[in-house]
Amino acid sequence: MIIYYGYCDGSGEFYIVVDSDKCSGCGKCITACPEKALELQTEFIDLEDKTVAAVKEEHRKKIKYTCEACRPDKGDTPCILACEEKAIKCIHHTNICLGRS
Amino acid sequence: MSQPSNNGVEFWRWQEYHRIMPNIKWTDKDIITAGVDVGSVGSKAAVMVNGQAYSWGITRTGSNSPESANKALDYALVDTGLKVGDLKYIVGTGYGRVNVPMANKAITEIACHAKGANYIWGSTVRTVLDVGGQDIKAIKIDETGRVVSFLMNDKCAAGTGRGMEVFADLLQIPIEEIGGISLKVEKEPEPVSCTCVAFAKTEAMGLLRKGWSKEKVLAAYTRAMAVRMANLINRVGLEKELVVTGGQSKNIGIVSRIETILGVKCLPMPNWREGGLDPMVAGALGAASLAKALYEKARKG
Repeated sequence: MIIYYGYCDGSGEFYIVVDSDKCSGCGKCITACPEKALELQTEFIDLEDKTVAAVKEEHRKKIKYTCEACRPDKGDTPCILACEEKAIKCIHHTNICLGRS
Repeated sequence: MSQPSNNGVEFWRWQEYHRIMPNIKWTDKDIITAGVDVGSVGSKAAVMVNGQAYSWGITRTGSNSPESANKALDYALVDTGLKVGDLKYIVGTGYGRVNVPMANKAITEIACHAKGANYIWGSTVRTVLDVGGQDIKAIKIDETGRVVSFLMNDKCAAGTGRGMEVFADLLQIPIEEIGGISLKVEKEPEPVSCTCVAFAKTEAMGLLRKGWSKEKVLAAYTRAMAVRMANLINRVGLEKELVVTGGQSKNIGIVSRIETILGVKCLPMPNWREGGLDPMVAGALGAASLAKALYEKARKG
């Protein structure tokens, strides 16, 4: 499954996205992250527990700032480059509107 | 958190209740399982007999998660003749899931709400919006109730049940009437600009001072929250059928605005007051359903 960690607020949307089907749980992204924002967590998939990469709880509400130094808007960040399974990506858009219609 | 300014009237207080499905009888041979969903605002427990919803109870979560879990499960077992010891497998879920003392296993509420929505509405559900007491989740599921993708917005209480409770108290409108009253405006006002509950409350007080009616203020707040929820759904990708679970599924002001913004109809709300399943219990029902699957898997070895 695709897991979005992060939030959308008045300043844009900021997510780290993990594909738990692709993730092998190797932990290379965790070592690569300069902010130590990632960890291994257990997800319940098809009646089994699977260990996959996840954003630490304490970083989920401030991911915009945690990830800022890696410039996710410019392209591949250390976590993305470290992942051989292409299981991780970033969505960082500033100034998108909250859809006031 | 009753406020003295409201003379002790607790406008935020919603109804705690328990229910037994009259058409189901159990024997010792049946696989009886339970799900206990300790949310930030409400604690729900559901009991299933052979994977069919049998009884449930909904109570307010107290300051102590294990106590709230016990209280909810005891409430679900009232008048059933069942004891906790009769339950073959118990799954704990929700915000307080690690603190469900009698649970055989803790599972994230995402998996449980997905399974619960699939149980309540059937295999056509693809998108589940769960609006809980303190967070909002948009979940995409397949025809078996397996999670395909999910997004949890846990930044704050904006647009959640807790935020609605704050507004019920501020506007002195009983929480169960808040949805209907928010629709009593001739023209939909601009949404409030603040999504933070504390700031939105301040903004709402300003609008009241400007002479806006309670209905109009409520409409502006509910609109802002519905926009926020619709954005989450769009991020995971809206796919029909759409359903809303959690306490706010009962807020017609939220549900109808989401339908308008997204241009789709949600599957109809079951008539939970008269014998139907309650979408507020979706997480607990899903947990009980997964409990049955896990019990059978363990028995097979």
